[in-house]
This record gives sequence, C-alpha cells and structure tokens, in this order.
Amino acid sequence: MLAATARVTRDLDVAEECVQEAYVAALGAWTRDGVPDRPGAWLTTAARRNALNALRRARTLAAKLPLLIEPEAEEMPATDEDPIPDDRLRLIFTCCHPALAREAQVALTLRLVCGVATGDVASAFLVSEPTMAARLTRAKKKIAVARIPYTVPEAAQLPARLDSVLTVVHLLATTGHTAPSGDELVRAELLERALDLARMLTVLLPQHMEAQGLLALLLVHHARRDERTDDDGRLVLLADQDRSRWGRAAIAEAHELVDAALRAGPPGRFTLQAAIAALHAQAPSWEQTDWPQIVTLYGELLALWPSPVVALNRAIAVSMADGPRAALPEIEALARDERLAGYRYVPAARADMLRRLGRSGEAADAYREALALTANRAERAFLEARLAECGG
Amino acid sequence: MAQYAVLIFERETPGGVADIPPEVLEAHGALPDRIVEAGGRTVAGLALEPAATATAIRGDLVTDGPFIESKEALAGVFVIEARDLDHAIELAKMTPIVDGGVEVRPLLGFEIVEAG
Repeated sequence: MLAATARVTRDLDVAEECVQEAYVAALGAWTRDGVPDRPGAWLTTAARRNALNALRRARTLAAKLPLLIEPEAEEMPATDEDPIPDDRLRLIFTCCHPALAREAQVALTLRLVCGVATGDVASAFLVSEPTMAARLTRAKKKIAVARIPYTVPEAAQLPARLDSVLTVVHLLATTGHTAPSGDELVRAELLERALDLARMLTVLLPQHMEAQGLLALLLVHHARRDERTDDDGRLVLLADQDRSRWGRAAIAEAHELVDAALRAGPPGRFTLQAAIAALHAQAPSWEQTDWPQIVTLYGELLALWPSPVVALNRAIAVSMADGPRAALPEIEALARDERLAGYRYVPAARADMLRRLGRSGEAADAYREALALTANRAERAFLEARLAECGG
Repeated sequence: MAQYAVLIFERETPGGVADIPPEVLEAHGALPDRIVEAGGRTVAGLALEPAATATAIRGDLVTDGPFIESKEALAGVFVIEARDLDHAIELAKMTPIVDGGVEVRPLLGFEIVEAG
C-alpha cells in the first residue's frame, strides 16, 4: 500500500515540475504582451495563439500531466484540435475541487497552476514554509488517495465548479490587494498571478461570462493599484486618489468586458462587482460617481449573494447617495451581526458616518475600535489620522 | 474503478427503525439498481441498530453507548465502486436521507491487493 501511495505521490511531483515549466512559459507570454488596445479581438486571436504556442512548446512536459489522476479511458473527453488548454483547465479544476479545503485550493493553485515556490506561497499566506509544505502535501495526498479526478466537470456541474475556481482566483487577488497584515498594502505579484489566471479562464471558457466579470473586476483593481498608497506607503482612499494616474487601458478593457457580460444575460456576482468597480473607475471624481446606480447594483448583488460584507458596501453607497444619516441605521444593524464580529471595516464605516454627522466623540470611539482590529500598517496610519481629526 | 465507503449519518428518533418512512426504506431497496444505472456498483451494505444499543470498549473499559456521541449517529455503511471521487459523490448523493447526510471515504483495501 505504501509503495502504491509513494508511486502516486512521486508521479504527482513529476507532474508538478512539468506543470511549472509549461505554465510559467504560458504566463510569461501573456504578461509580456500587456494590456491590448482592442481586448476583445486580442483575446480571441493573439492571446490564444501566444498562449497556445507557449503551451505547445511544452507539449512533451504537459503530456505527463495526466499522471495526476487519469480518468478511465471511456471517460476521456473527445480530443479536439487543441488538447493542451484542456490540460490546463483540468489542473485548475482539480486544484479547486470542493472536496479540498478552501485554503488548500488557493495554495495548490498558486503552487501547481502558477508555479509559485512553496516558500513564496507560505509568505503570501503568512505561515511558515514547513506549514505550507505540509498543507500542500496533505492536499496532494487527498487528491491521490480519494482520486479527485483530473477532468473538466461536465456541463451540469460546470457553473458551480467554475464559481469555486473564480472564488479562488479572486481570493488570490484580494490577498494581494490588501494583505491582512504587514507593511505592504499591495502585493503586486499575487494580483498579477490572479489576473493571468482570470485571463486564461476567459480564453479557455469564453462562453462563461462570469470569468469575464472576474477579469474585469481584477483589471480595475490592477488599474488603481499604484494609487492606493502614497509615496510613504500610506493608504489613499478611493475618494482622494489621483484618478489621472489610474491605468486607463485596463479600465477601458474592464468596461468592455462588463458590457459584454451584462448583454449576455442575467449577471453573476463577479460581473456585478466588476460593474460597480467599473462605475467607480469611470467617474471623474468620488463626488461625481453615479451613486444611485451603485446602490442599485449592490442591491442586485445582495439578492444574489446575501453576504453581510455586501450589505456593508451597499450601506456605504447609500451614505453617498442619500447622506450618512440614511446609512447609519443599516451600519449599526450590521455592527450587531455576529457574522461580522471582528471585521475591521464595520467600525471603520460606522466611525466615518459618525464623523460626517459631526458626532466626534462617538466617531473617535469607533475609530479606536477599528484600530484594535487592524494590523495592516497603511490602514492603521489612516485610521490614526482620522482619530486625531476627531480629537481622539 | 476505486472503492469508497459511504457512511450514513442520521438524526435518531425515539422509535428507531420503526420511524423510518416507508418511502425511504423503499428507496434504500432500489439504491443498488440505481447505482448500477449510473455506472457504479454496490459491493456491500450494512444498516445499524440505533446508537442506544451500542457498547463502547476503550482498553479494558466497557461503557454503554456509541464510541463517539454526536447529534447525527452512524446509521449505516455501504461500499461502492466508482471511477473517481466525482463519480462517488454523484452516487452517494442518491442515498435516501431523512435528517442527516453522508460521508464518502476512499477504501484502503484494493490498494493492498494491488500492491501485493
């Protein structure tokens, strides 16, 4: 039995090396090309060709991929003219299989699909390298022993399974976007990896609009990334960012993707988030943002995805559309929601409402509460400055 | 094909087996055929009497009740053959359940035979 397990594990490690070489090459091709002027056309021609060429060069390596868990012969899908992108898709569906814990899904995707070294995966998630190595080993062992298949799910399961994949990619990006602690607000590399993955998914699953929605969302994050902190690494609010320095090409591409996704049918949660982000990105200033439209979009998002975090964001938009007095009761209700206990943005939002209403004393208390929950240095500096404004 | 145990966990009721709705019992009877139709096979199946009838033994200590007390008790086990975990999950989802769920676990057995 041990021999059998070792055999599978060894193969998995061989496959792992193959994956890294093959996919790093593909990611390189996409990163090198940058953001195109006409993304739609670019996506369907150049990106596909470039990625495929990079993948083809690694054909012999990629051929070893099925050593993971090979589906039985009768289950192999009919091979079309491009079998290699299939391999890449299969791998990401394997890594994001719901039978694996979410943290393992994220780690495996970074390690196996993006080829990030274990030590770097560990530091991205603020754990030691041995801890991350053990987590990866456990997950790979489960893939082998429980025979998690190396396949793209069939049509009936694809939307649900794709949602899991998109969630992992989004999680990667947000970990990169606002690292929960430490000095760096923006972990550019994670965001870029997530962007590459999202772009790959839109090319390989062009009929699934949610992948386009996710790509659009990440493009907007990417476009604003350099303006989120000032030269001293301090957090700059969306309201105060220099909009002329946002990446206009990325925002234009995001806008095009959102439009296409919205035209294709009822939007999913990533498309709605992208639509909100794109509206922000297009507005000439914070005050001139189309707040009523953003409130509406958050309402649709909340109906689809009843998360208290979405409700909080909607409340903040309400405060911009109708004033802090209209939003405060909703935020106070969320402050009592135990699902948000310890979530630093609730007291921070409440503090902001109270400050804008001129209730300085209560605002100062709320800023202190938010500070007690915040480890990120850039965010702490911001909250401390606001607290000082309130005389705290 | 790989073998998986499907462990059935159900919330127990005062009447025990007598409380199981007849349609659930019937569905259990039809399960092996449905599994075959879906490309799998049932290797074995056992149904357990309620946890209250269990006796736990730890070292020399013999006590009344199941080894692990939980809201949902182990009510039965069956062993299936499936192509992979996705197939096993598809088959296990067919298990008739009143108020609980199932757990799917790969079996060690066939690997031992294969590896000699």
